[in-house]
Amino acid sequence: MIALTELHGCLILGALMFGLGLTAAFTRRNTILVLIGVELMLNAANINFIAFWRHAHPADIAGPLFVMFSLAVAAAEAAVGLALVFAIHRHHHTARLDRINRLKG
Amino acid sequence: MNIPWITHHLWLIPLLPLLAAAVTSQMPKHLGKAAGLIALGALGLSFLLALCALAATLEHGRTFANVPWFDLGNGQFQIGWLLDPLTAVMVVMVTFVGSCIFLYSLGYMADDPRRKQFFCFLSLFAAAMLGLVIANHLLVLFMCWELVGLASYLLIGFWFEKESAADAARKAFLTTRVGDIAFLLGILWLGREAGSLLFFDHGHGCLEAGALARLGAAGIVGGLTVSTFIGILLFCGAAGKSGQFPLHTWLPDAMEGPTPVSALIHAATMVAAGVFLIARVYPLMSPAALGTVACVGAFTAVFAALIGIAQNDIKRVLAYSTVSQLGYMMLALGVGGLTAAIFHLITHAFFKALLFLGSGSVIHGCHGEQDIRRMGGLRGPMKWTFATYAVGMMALAGFPLLFSGFWSKEAILHAAQNWQVSQLPFYAGVAGAALTALYMTRLMACVFWGSYRGDAHHPPHESPPVMTLPLAVLALFALTLGFLGTPAWPWFESFLDGRSLHADFHELAHSTHLMLLSTAVVALGVGCGWLLYGRKPRATAGEHDALESLLPGLWRHLSNKLWIDELHAATSIRLALTLAALADWADRFLWGGLVWLAARATVGLGWLSRTCDELGINEGFDGSCATLKTGARALAAAQSGRTTLYLRAIAIGFALLVFATIVLVTGFKIIP
Repeated sequence: MIALTELHGCLILGALMFGLGLTAAFTRRNTILVLIGVELMLNAANINFIAFWRHAHPADIAGPLFVMFSLAVAAAEAAVGLALVFAIHRHHHTARLDRINRLKG
Repeated sequence: MNIPWITHHLWLIPLLPLLAAAVTSQMPKHLGKAAGLIALGALGLSFLLALCALAATLEHGRTFANVPWFDLGNGQFQIGWLLDPLTAVMVVMVTFVGSCIFLYSLGYMADDPRRKQFFCFLSLFAAAMLGLVIANHLLVLFMCWELVGLASYLLIGFWFEKESAADAARKAFLTTRVGDIAFLLGILWLGREAGSLLFFDHGHGCLEAGALARLGAAGIVGGLTVSTFIGILLFCGAAGKSGQFPLHTWLPDAMEGPTPVSALIHAATMVAAGVFLIARVYPLMSPAALGTVACVGAFTAVFAALIGIAQNDIKRVLAYSTVSQLGYMMLALGVGGLTAAIFHLITHAFFKALLFLGSGSVIHGCHGEQDIRRMGGLRGPMKWTFATYAVGMMALAGFPLLFSGFWSKEAILHAAQNWQVSQLPFYAGVAGAALTALYMTRLMACVFWGSYRGDAHHPPHESPPVMTLPLAVLALFALTLGFLGTPAWPWFESFLDGRSLHADFHELAHSTHLMLLSTAVVALGVGCGWLLYGRKPRATAGEHDALESLLPGLWRHLSNKLWIDELHAATSIRLALTLAALADWADRFLWGGLVWLAARATVGLGWLSRTCDELGINEGFDGSCATLKTGARALAAAQSGRTTLYLRAIAIGFALLVFATIVLVTGFKIIP
């Protein structure tokens, strides 16, 4: 049996958050909740970044820097995503993903 | 060479009647008389030109004018006109006799509704005949030869409502065609061997020394020299046209045509074309070919005269007489008597045209009756016809001294006697002379002596002057023409030969024995004829012929024309019919069967092709289309438009990709 370290705890937290976000993105029908799920998955990845920096390469600045970039991209993505949700709502009068199926083959 | 004007314009002579034919063919039907006058006028002008041509030959001898017709490869195809004494006398004879007969036709055909067509055909004939005699190219001659045959066909069948006339026209056309095929072969062969078909062409023509030498050296085919072969082939054509045995059967049947046609075409001019042809290509004829000509001619002369004795149709008697006289001409050509043959051709043309026109007058006077058994006693009512007919008869029979036929026949006998090879043609000629005298006496006695045996209510009458005038003119020439060629003053012969002429009465003494012989022979023939028919003319139309009572067996053979028609029917015609039946059978069953098979095969292939199409190709295509469709449906169903499902697919896909990368790239090294 392997003893649980702080790193393991962080990784388990990241994996749970990712699973939570993935489940939300897959199962929620509301577009905003899907976006929240996506945010959760991004942040789970960020936790992994931080955890590996802290316990594997504490001298290397690249870890927290990558997280910074990732947050910036997540913010931009959230903005674009919310804008899309607005546009879709304005067009379809709903934000439910199962109604927005005009790309059906 | 100084070529006279007329040589260059010799083509005008046939052109005038040709124009007349063209004009009359376009005229309305009721202008028959005008058509006749146009035809007569054109031929009269041709006659004047022909006299110019004759005068030119007296001065210049042989002249010719060749003109290029079209370019052929490296060279030119030339045709031309030849003016020599032979052409000149033929042209003058054809135009003169033709004019007389055209004039006569104006009267004879006065009541025919298709008179203008008749004159159109006659003009066409005259044009073709004149083209034939002036041609300096064997192929041109052949073309005119065929045109003459066409005109003859049209005119024999002029009264085509009568079935016998239509049959006779067909028979004439087909029988002469048999000879013409050989003639054409001869022309082609000659053209190959001699290199040219022009008769004279400044040393290159086929009748000139170079070509003759080439032809002599051409070698031997099947036991005969090439020149003999060519000569015999050309003679076959001549035999067809001139009614020589065994192709003579069409000529008596050709008498179904109107009498002027019989006179012009089937006595005076066209049938003489064969004799003219042999005379024209005389330098080509090898001794063996000439021997053939002599034998056929001699046989025909006696053979046809024999048949002529037992015919009852006035025109048929004359037709067999024509065949016989043409045999004489061929005989003369064969034994080397070129000038004698042409002399006889000219005199015969005049007196035979006279006899035929006289017969036409008799037929006209007897209301269309042609059977001599129902004539008789016409001496009284038809004085002009009788007098001229008697002149023609005596010229044909060869009455001594005064009549043209005597001198020309005497020239032929003289030539035959001098032939080195055999004396048989001479004896045949003597026998033919006796037979000729016999059948002509019989004809005269039956027609003009005794009493009229026809319909008593319609007595015979004399013909109008438009018909008797040509008779008188022709009779005059039948009397006088002989003096151009007597042994004492052989102007005609020297003219044709180009030799100097001198009157020599010793020559007359030399041939006295021959003249006495022929006189005796004629006297014998006339005497027999008179004993049989003149002493006691037949009283009724139905009684037996005098000769028939005397020699019934011989008569039966003679009156059936010695079964030559039956011989033809049993041999060549049956052969043709058998071949036709065979061809018909082959057509129906052999080729028809093949066609049927091909059709069936095509239909079968079509069925196969349709089945393949429907079952194989269509089904396969449809099937694959359907599969594609189903697949597309399945794929389209995946495009549900539900974003969450897309996300899931992306996630599963991404996970699989990661897994695959781990497996393929690192090979599970990560996993301890």
